[in-house]
Formats: sequence, structure tokens, C-alpha cells
Amino acid sequence: MSAPLLEVKDLRVEFPTRRGTLVAVDGASLAIAPGEILGVVGESGAGKSLTGMAIIGLIEPPGRIAAGEIRLESERIDGLPYEQMRRIRGRRIGAIFQDPLTSLNPLFTIGEQLTETILAHLEVTPAEALARALALLAEVGIPAPRARIGHYPHQFSGGMRQRVVIALALAAEPRLIIADEPTTALDVSIQAQIIALLKRLAREHGTAVMLITHDMGVIAETADRVAVMYAGRIAEIGPVRDVIHAPRHPYTAGLMGSIPKLGQGAGKKRGRLVQIEGAMPRLNAIPAGCAFNPRCPRRFERCLAERPELIAIGTTDAACWLYADGPR
Amino acid sequence: MDRDNRPLLRMLEVSRDFDVSRPWLNRVLEGAPRQLLRAVDGVSLAVKRGETLALVGESGCGKSTVARLIVGLYATSQGRIEFDGIDLAAPGASALRRRMQMIFQDPYASLNPRWRVRDIVAEPIRVLKLAASEHEVGARVAELLRQVGLVAEDGEKYPHEFSGGQRQRISIARALSGNPEFLVCDEPTSALDVSVQAQILNLMTDLQQRLGLTYLFISHNLAVVSHIADRVGVMYLGRLVELADAEELFVRPLHPYTRMLLDAIPDLEMSGKARTPVAGEVPNPLDPPAGCAFHPRCLHANARCRSERPQALVRGEAVVACHAVEERRI
Amino acid sequence: MAVAPGWWRRAWDHDLAWSFRRSPVTIVAAALTLACVGGAAFAPWIAPHDPFDLARLSLNDAFSPPAWASGGNARYLLGTDDQGRDVLSTILHGARISLGVGLAAVAFSALLGVSLGLLSGYVGGRLDAFIMRVADIQLSFPAILIALLVDGVARVALPRETHDSIAIPVLIFSIGISGWVQYARTVRGSTLVEKNREYVQAARVIGRGRFAIMLHHVLPNVMGPVLVIGTIHVGTAIITEATLSFLGVGLPPTQPSLGTLIRVGNDFLFSGEWWITVFPGLALIVLVLSVNLLGDWLRDALNPKLR
Repeated sequence: MSAPLLEVKDLRVEFPTRRGTLVAVDGASLAIAPGEILGVVGESGAGKSLTGMAIIGLIEPPGRIAAGEIRLESERIDGLPYEQMRRIRGRRIGAIFQDPLTSLNPLFTIGEQLTETILAHLEVTPAEALARALALLAEVGIPAPRARIGHYPHQFSGGMRQRVVIALALAAEPRLIIADEPTTALDVSIQAQIIALLKRLAREHGTAVMLITHDMGVIAETADRVAVMYAGRIAEIGPVRDVIHAPRHPYTAGLMGSIPKLGQGAGKKRGRLVQIEGAMPRLNAIPAGCAFNPRCPRRFERCLAERPELIAIGTTDAACWLYADGPR
Repeated sequence: MDRDNRPLLRMLEVSRDFDVSRPWLNRVLEGAPRQLLRAVDGVSLAVKRGETLALVGESGCGKSTVARLIVGLYATSQGRIEFDGIDLAAPGASALRRRMQMIFQDPYASLNPRWRVRDIVAEPIRVLKLAASEHEVGARVAELLRQVGLVAEDGEKYPHEFSGGQRQRISIARALSGNPEFLVCDEPTSALDVSVQAQILNLMTDLQQRLGLTYLFISHNLAVVSHIADRVGVMYLGRLVELADAEELFVRPLHPYTRMLLDAIPDLEMSGKARTPVAGEVPNPLDPPAGCAFHPRCLHANARCRSERPQALVRGEAVVACHAVEERRI
Repeated sequence: MAVAPGWWRRAWDHDLAWSFRRSPVTIVAAALTLACVGGAAFAPWIAPHDPFDLARLSLNDAFSPPAWASGGNARYLLGTDDQGRDVLSTILHGARISLGVGLAAVAFSALLGVSLGLLSGYVGGRLDAFIMRVADIQLSFPAILIALLVDGVARVALPRETHDSIAIPVLIFSIGISGWVQYARTVRGSTLVEKNREYVQAARVIGRGRFAIMLHHVLPNVMGPVLVIGTIHVGTAIITEATLSFLGVGLPPTQPSLGTLIRVGNDFLFSGEWWITVFPGLALIVLVLSVNLLGDWLRDALNPKLR
């Protein structure tokens, strides 16, 4: 594997509250190579979005990065002053969020927003910026870009707005895109279009993408590798195909079993879904040892006492004591 | 007709319009006309006793409006809804409404945050006067909470003390407390995480078998629907475009829109099967296309599709509204 | 008493209690409010003199300066007024009337405003349009003008001899009627949000009537802001009462509120007897300021966005 574009090591994000410090991300390590799409999947509260926010330096106070380091092209970017981080966002890291309206200013036309971003980050003339804005809109699949460039965000449908946001994220040719639930607010037919677009862009531009979502189906469609998060920790990380077809961590296995699938008969003839009992612990009540142990069908004494680190099992790494003595 | 074969619920050519005009003063000043949005457009369907009928479609297709029309949160603009053979709009039919209940999508909004769980669950029992004494109410609430996998002591707590999945269990307990036969479930799991969704779907299946319930299950998630439904109706822009047995629909979809939806679902198995790329977006419901509402996105549309609205066509057990299917072009 | 520790623990741990403990200004404001309210409530028992007992008043004691000033009398800590009444005692009694009128006016305003706001928001349509237009019209008149108007009408309509005896109800009504709009607007806004939430729909599905839903489901969920407005409104109502009394259309000197005391004392300000008006004025400032500070804190503490 080539040198990673982004490297996160032992990231820890804390929220001090009056009832003690909540650890929302606890020792997460991951790396993304140029042109690679890394999926980060987990249920609500797993810490996946905060991991993304930490990378783009947008953790809202009083939350803070308490430990670990984040390197972009070998250069540390955690703890940079606000102005410096703001230049990195947009120029070297693009961001796409769930609700496209939060990324677009309702008072300016999309053309103004695009050219402004391009001029701010690239050494071009206004005419070149406009040409680039038109090219970007065409690239993200907006029909008749010349006619639409003067429109305001509210004049676009949800799917088209998300395309505009993607164009905006791409405007300065960033090396990395953080996409946080980019398709969650969209209908399934639009979701399919956005997924296809993201994949094509990563391939054609060699842009690395960190795709944060709760939807394993989107990961399966899009990502090369996947990190499964649980209670602020990475439970398993590896190539998508291996994680989906041969999950190592009992949580991943349970998660895969609990997803209803198409195409194996339908209706009453189907059995019950595999279910993981209970729910993810609240951040103020994460159990000792492995965070998953109260819900784990395969736990043993060690899981209650000691916290497992990621252990390599073939192509995947899983944080599970089952594999402490080699794969079983 | 034999009572057991008679459908429990029937919708006959039901439509619902919403007035989306500007306020009266603005209309007068600007000379703008009244504007109506047809959210549900001539939907006919029947739900059999003991089955699960699912309605699927993208946002704005009218599936949630259908749910609200059935339980009486909205009145119909046209057409008729019958429950157990009796028109729900007829005088005295309000007693029938007690036999149906609704489960809502958002477990954070469907429970009154200021009420204790026991009062939330007991409200239908008290309002419908199903228990003789407060003691009986308490016993029934405890039984209901156990039935959905909670403990009787949970009744003393407030909703904010529970997780999303537990709240949805409370909603189900409340819906069951009026002893309904028919449950309208509006996206009951779409606000939940997948592992919790599995728990709730399994619970709903168990309860259906144990209590002989009939479900109308509204969802945008085809995989969930394929798991829980016996029959599936697909809606597009307020119209029912296809209704078929679940097994049939997922294996041999007829309507081009159903095919497109199935192709759009992310392929978890990573089988790499060939799929038709999805194109276009749902048009503005204020200005629906003429003829078949799906024609601007349809690969098989011809002149007839653009001008003439397709009628429901019976194909064995299935019903489909498509000129291309009728003409055997697809 | 077995439950008490648990109850106390929960109250102590509550977010509201916590944010209270963290704010020294609020603690001081609460202590001052408590002192004012306590002093006012128990005035007949704790006041050193009874300023309304004509038999005990002696004009010889009139215009006695505060105890520490030259010529002061140790019996009258804050001095006496033109009638020889102890200023401290009249302040305590006056605060009692001011607070009573303020609280009653706020309660009246809140009751009216919350009811109309609920109806307006939940029923909607023409009723909503009507109530809100009335509110708009009322908002275009300052509160003090409405109070003056109501008071003036009451003066003309009622015989002179009954006027003094009904001065307090008239004041409560006129201050109360001028304040309902704020409650109605806030409650209407929250009601519009709450009525579309699914728990209200769930209640409609089981066939509960409009009024039952408004009372049992919507009302408990829209009361938070009302509490905040109410607290701040107490301060405003006391000021309005004081203004009316200062202008001479509020309470008569036989039942002096803080405003009346300030007006009466004002006549002597330039003849050197400053204490007759300054001390009631200070009492009014302390009372209103501490109530307002409490209200500000409550607003911030209940606002989830500021947490």
C-alpha cells in the first residue's frame, strides 16, 4: 500500500460535562490511501461523525481532541490554529454533510458560491473560475449548468442540492473528502445516483473519500475498506468484501445479520432476523473491558476485564479477544 | 360473503387534496388562484384479515397520507374507506375506529415527554373505558409492558429515560392497549438503528402471530418490507402503481417504477449483478405530469403514456397500472 | 421522611439546580428576592411600627431623618415621613401591596394569555386570525396607556366612595389585561409546533376531544417559556403599578404601594427630606432587579441551545 494520505492515530475526543468526562471517540486509528474510499459505519452514538469532525477540525466546544494525532500527507493537522485549519478545509479537505442546506448559503447563487470558493483557494482569474464552476456542475450531473448557475439553493431539489454541495467540496481539488451521511436525507433512487457519482469522482480524480454512514448497503456499494465503530471505538476494520462476507467481530456479525436483505424469498416464509439484544451503551455508562461485552453472545471472562486492541486476522483487524491466540 | 374472506379494510378510489394556497390576504392582493395538492389520487386496495400489507414509495408519494386517512387523522376528499364492510364515514362508525391503532415513525415525538410511561400506555384504556377500575388499568399496563419486552417498573419512568428502541416498544404497548385488530404502522423502524430495527421487526412479527393482528406497514425501505410483508403496494406521486404478493413483486416486478426502485437498493451481497442506472427525480406534485405520472423517468414511455392515465390492470394476484405492461411491451 | 433524601438528591442533581449553584449573581438575586418577598409577606409582624395605626402616629415625629444622620432617631431606622410614619415600615407594607398586585396581575395575564394562545394555536383558522389581530391592535398601545384607560373608565363608571376600596382589583385588571399578548403569542407558537407532533396525533387516533388534548397533552409541553415570561413580567408589572401610583391613578395614600410612597416623598425631595422618596425607590429597584435577574437566569437555564 502506498503512503497513506490521511493517518489517524489513537484519536480520543472528549466532552467534559458536569457529571464527568464523556469519551465519544476512544483510541480510533485509521488510514486512507490516495484514491481510496474508506467507509466508517456504526449506529447512532458510535462516534463515527465525531471522528470525521475531528479530522476537519470542527469539534464544537466544549468537546475537544484529548489525545492522538491526525496527519494529512504526513503533516500534523490536529490542534492547528483556526485560520490555518480553515485554509486546509476547502483547499485540501472537502466536506459533504447530510443536509445540503447547511453547506449552502441561501442568500447567494450557487455560481457565486462556487466561484468564490475557487478564487479563494486556487490561483485563477474570475473568468477561469467561472469556467471551472460550469465544468464542475456538469461533472456532478447538473443538467444545463449554464442556465442553473444563477439559481439560488432553494430552487434546487434535494438530490440536485447534494450534487451542488459535492461540486463545492470538489472546487479546490482537495485530496480528501469527508462525506458524513451524504445520502441519508435522500430517497433511494437519488441515493443510488449520488453513490455512483462519488465513486466515479474518487476514481477519476484520485481523491480519497472517508464515507461516514449508518447504512451498510451504501458502504457495500461504494467503499474499498470499512471501519466498524462501536461505542467510540473501532471494532473491526478491513476490506469491505471480507468484513461483509466474513465478519470477525461478533458485533459486525450481529449487525450484518440484523439487516433485512432482499432476494431470499419474501413474506412469512422468512425467518426472524438475527437480533443483538439490548442497545449501545450511553457514553456515560460504557462497560469495562470490551464495550460490546454485555450484548456479546461469545463473551468470556477476559472480555469483562481487559479492553481488546485491534488484532490482525488475515486481511481484517478486529478488536476482540476471541482472536488473541490467532484466528479461530 | 364469508366473514373470514371479507377484507378487514377496503379503500375504494380514495383521494385526498390539500389546500396549499397562499393565505387569503395574499391571494386577494396578488390575484393568485387557490392551489390544491393531490397527495393521494384514486387509491383502491384491500387488506385481508391477519396479513401484512406494505405500502412503499419515495418521499411525497402519499403513503403516509394513506395511513392518516385510514385512522381518521385526515378526512377523504373523494372515495370511501370501509372497515369490516362498514363505511368509516357513516354515522356511528367511530366505534369502528377503536378497533384500529397507529404506530408512528419518530419514537422521540410520539410519546408525550411530560407523561409517565404508565399513563401513556393507559391512555387508550382509560379513554375507551376498557377497564373497570384503576387497579385493572395498572395490571393491564404491566402486562402490556411485559408483552413488548419491558418490565412493569418501567411504567414509572418518563420517556426520555429510554433509548429509541425501547420507546418504540412503549409506542407498541400503547397501540395494543386498546385491543385493536388492525395496526397502521407508519415507518415504525426508520428512525432506529439496524440492530434495534431487527428487534422491533421481530417483536411485531411475534405479536402478529400471538394476537392475530392485521398490519398496514408503511415504509420507504424495500428490504424491510420484503422481510415483513405478505403483499406490497408501490406508490408513486399519490397513485398506487403496483400491488402484488411480496414474493412475486421482489422476484418479478411488473411496473417500471418498481423495477427502478429495486435496482436502486444498494447491493449488500456485492454480487455485482447488472443494474439499470436510475435516472431523474420525482416531479413536483403540484404539477404532476399528464398521463402516467412516471412517464418522464420511464424507459418504456410512448405517446399513450404521455397522454392517457393508465388504469389498474389485474394480472393474476397482482394489480398494475402501466400501458407498457398492458400492451405487453415489457 | 424516608422519601425525602431521594427527593432532595434528585432536586440537587437537577440541571436547573446545578446551573443555579454555578451562578453567584443568581444566588444573590434569589436571596434578595427571598428577602423582599419574606419582608413583604410578613410585614405586619416584622415591621417595627404600624404606619396605618392613626392612634400611634405623632406629627412630632414627622420628618425625622434616618437613624445615622444628625438629628436621627434610633426608633426610626430609615426616618419618618411628613405624617410621622416610619419609612422602613411603610416600605415593607408598600412592598407587600406592590408584590401582591404584581403577582396577581401576572397570574391574570398568564391565565388569559395561555388560554387564548392555546385556542388560537390549536383551533387555528378564523379564531386564530381574530385573536392575533386583537393582539396586534393591543400591541400598538403601550401597556401604561391601556392601564390608564381601564383605570380611567373604572373611575368614571364607579361611584367615588367605592373607588378607593376597589383600587387594587382595578389595578390588577388593568395591568393584567395589558400583558396577555406576550403569553398568547409564545404559547400559540409552541402550540403550532406541538400540535403536529406525533403524540398529539396519537391522542387524536384514540378519539380524544380537542379540549382534552389541549389541556392534557399540549399545555404541559408549552409551559416552560411561560414560566420565564412570567418571572420577568413580575418585574414589569411592579414597575407599571409603581408608575400608575406615581402618576396618582393607582393606589391612594391610605393604601400606599412603593409607587405611592415615591410620589408622596417626591414632594419633599427638594426641601431636603430626601429619605422619604429615596428609600422606597431603592427598595423598588432592588426588588425589580433581583426578580429580573432570576428571570434571565431561568430563561438561559431552560434554553437548551445555551447549555
